[in-house]
Amino acid sequence: MNPLPLVAVAGSPNAGKSALFNALTGARQKVGNYPGVTVERHSGRLTLADGRPLELVDLPGAYSLDPASPDEAVTRDVLLGKQKGERQPDALVIVVDASNLDNHLRFALQLIELGLPTIVALNMIDLARRDGLELDAKRLEAELGIPVIETVAVRKRGIAELRSALDDMLSAPARALTERAPSELIQLQRRARDIAKSAVVSESPVRRWTHLLDGVLLHPVVGPVILAAVLFIMFQAVFAWSEVPIGWIESGMALLAEGATNVIPDGLLRSLVVDGVIGGVGAVVVFLPQILILFLFILLLEASGYMVRAAFLMDKLMHGAGLSGRAFIPLLSSFACAVPGIMATRTIDNPKDRLTTILVAPLMTCSARLPVYTLIIAAFIPDRSVGPGIGLQGLVMFGLYVTGVAGALLAALALRRTITRGGGGGFMMELPKYQMPRAKDVVIGLYQRAMIFLKRAGTIILGTTILLWALASFPPAKPGESQIEASIAGKIANGIEVVVRPIGFNRDISLALLPAMAAREVAVSAIATVYSIDASDEEAAQAPLAERLQGRWSLATALAFLVWFVFAPQCISTIAVTRRETNSWRWPLFMVGYLFALAYIAAGATYWTAVALGL
Amino acid sequence: MNAPFQPESISLDQLKVGTRASIASVDWASLEESEAARLRHFGFDEGVSVEPLHLGPFGRDPLAIRVGRMTVAIRRSHARAVRVNLSA
Repeated sequence: MNPLPLVAVAGSPNAGKSALFNALTGARQKVGNYPGVTVERHSGRLTLADGRPLELVDLPGAYSLDPASPDEAVTRDVLLGKQKGERQPDALVIVVDASNLDNHLRFALQLIELGLPTIVALNMIDLARRDGLELDAKRLEAELGIPVIETVAVRKRGIAELRSALDDMLSAPARALTERAPSELIQLQRRARDIAKSAVVSESPVRRWTHLLDGVLLHPVVGPVILAAVLFIMFQAVFAWSEVPIGWIESGMALLAEGATNVIPDGLLRSLVVDGVIGGVGAVVVFLPQILILFLFILLLEASGYMVRAAFLMDKLMHGAGLSGRAFIPLLSSFACAVPGIMATRTIDNPKDRLTTILVAPLMTCSARLPVYTLIIAAFIPDRSVGPGIGLQGLVMFGLYVTGVAGALLAALALRRTITRGGGGGFMMELPKYQMPRAKDVVIGLYQRAMIFLKRAGTIILGTTILLWALASFPPAKPGESQIEASIAGKIANGIEVVVRPIGFNRDISLALLPAMAAREVAVSAIATVYSIDASDEEAAQAPLAERLQGRWSLATALAFLVWFVFAPQCISTIAVTRRETNSWRWPLFMVGYLFALAYIAAGATYWTAVALGL
Repeated sequence: MNAPFQPESISLDQLKVGTRASIASVDWASLEESEAARLRHFGFDEGVSVEPLHLGPFGRDPLAIRVGRMTVAIRRSHARAVRVNLSA
């Protein structure tokens, strides 16, 4: 069986390539990864008029065949037939932005030189007309020597014509590839400008709407204020809108656990299903609403063109920490959860910038730390005022957030000078025209993100939660003995205790640290379990956890515990997603190592200082 | 190249917002390879018309620059590698 003919969709960034791809293939797409790199491969099927199927692949946007980013390297390698796991395309659809011909034609000319059967989609022709640009497509066709089809991908205009042109092209006998020396990029650029000039019938000043909007959104004073407002709304939404669906997921999981408890007889299997699988996976799936809301905002900001403006506004501040403006949104997202934050680093071109951003993202205080902070602060920090409208408890909470941010910036600076040294750290981005995001493209993007989270991270998380369950369940406790003490986890806790004793951690904390690897907030329930088992009488067991903690932990221990959670990488999901996004175990292991080291030193310093101060 | 009259050129980062100029030369050697490639991708080339449109709010960095029909953001340090003529 011959494989399906492969048609690649290629074009410069912001040419509307993905919208055209979505219009051609619909929602039925396959998202995978090119082997060895973290560049997504989007492919879909298309049926021609005569019923012949073909495979369409959406190549990463590139400005030329001389790559300046890993994405562009994949595009080049696929087009030259050198990409592992991909055959050379049989034909090309080159997407160019009609209102940016003098730039986009350069890459088009370079691709035409490859000699493959090729069609040019003159995309966003409506926006070009709106901007007062009249183009002569026939003239362009004559100059390029290949078919040119006018398209408006977001309105599905020209799609039928494009399909029939594809049909004609693939029906024609294949030409022999001509081996020609590729032209110099600068020559192609000059030729592109000449062709663009000849194809333009009339033009008026460029991109009026975008200029007007930029005048406000990039204004030195108004711009940052609007950005702050947008981010405020985004975070309000992440927490407020997610409450209800999180409730549904929690009650769904509870129902599931109840059902499983009723069906499966008491014993190991029930414990595995209820505590291991349902409990463990539930603890992670609960984050899905927040992740989806966050990604909804990120996709809208990206599709509208505002994301690049946000990066523009924040670049100088990020530059101070050795990062680029592109790192701003991923790091900000990490305040909700590091998993979508790390996934969002894909927009960072420079591999070293991206790696640095991934490595410091877990230092942003994510929402899973809140239950831990809330419990410890309520138990140990007196609820009194330290100034008009400023409570001590709130101040400590704020301090923990600031410590995380400061830690991230310092870590980024240190990494940029050592492990991820060099490689520019520059900031060079196109500011695309503003566009109304289209619902279909956003929904497709959101669905793909959700699947990545559930499938990829899900498999690793399921495996590790079962492992953690096994560690906590074997060997079974004898009557009168607490399960967690008797288990392998308990034995491991003995080992952990030796290590963490110097920084003021007691046995309860040692026992909580291992289960908290599944998710940070599990630390709270783990501590609760230990105390409810150990409580001598009914009354004590009824007392709130915070009150029971007060008698058992010194203030110094509590503070050290808080600082530990600022730094410690207590989250399997983060480690799993880092593994996926860096495509190796090396970087997640490095991340875990350096964050635990930081956590240990910082918690220790806090404990010893507090003890010295007599707290 | 052989321009009949070469008015005094200034570096792109000195050009005032809203002033059009044409690129006189680019000091490609002062840029890292990938940065130089990116500037070429953006269409930076001798004779191309440029115009700074916006400056970053902190330290007037980065710069949003119109190049041909495109708007791009680059840092001030990179803009220094580009010399422009105020003519035209």
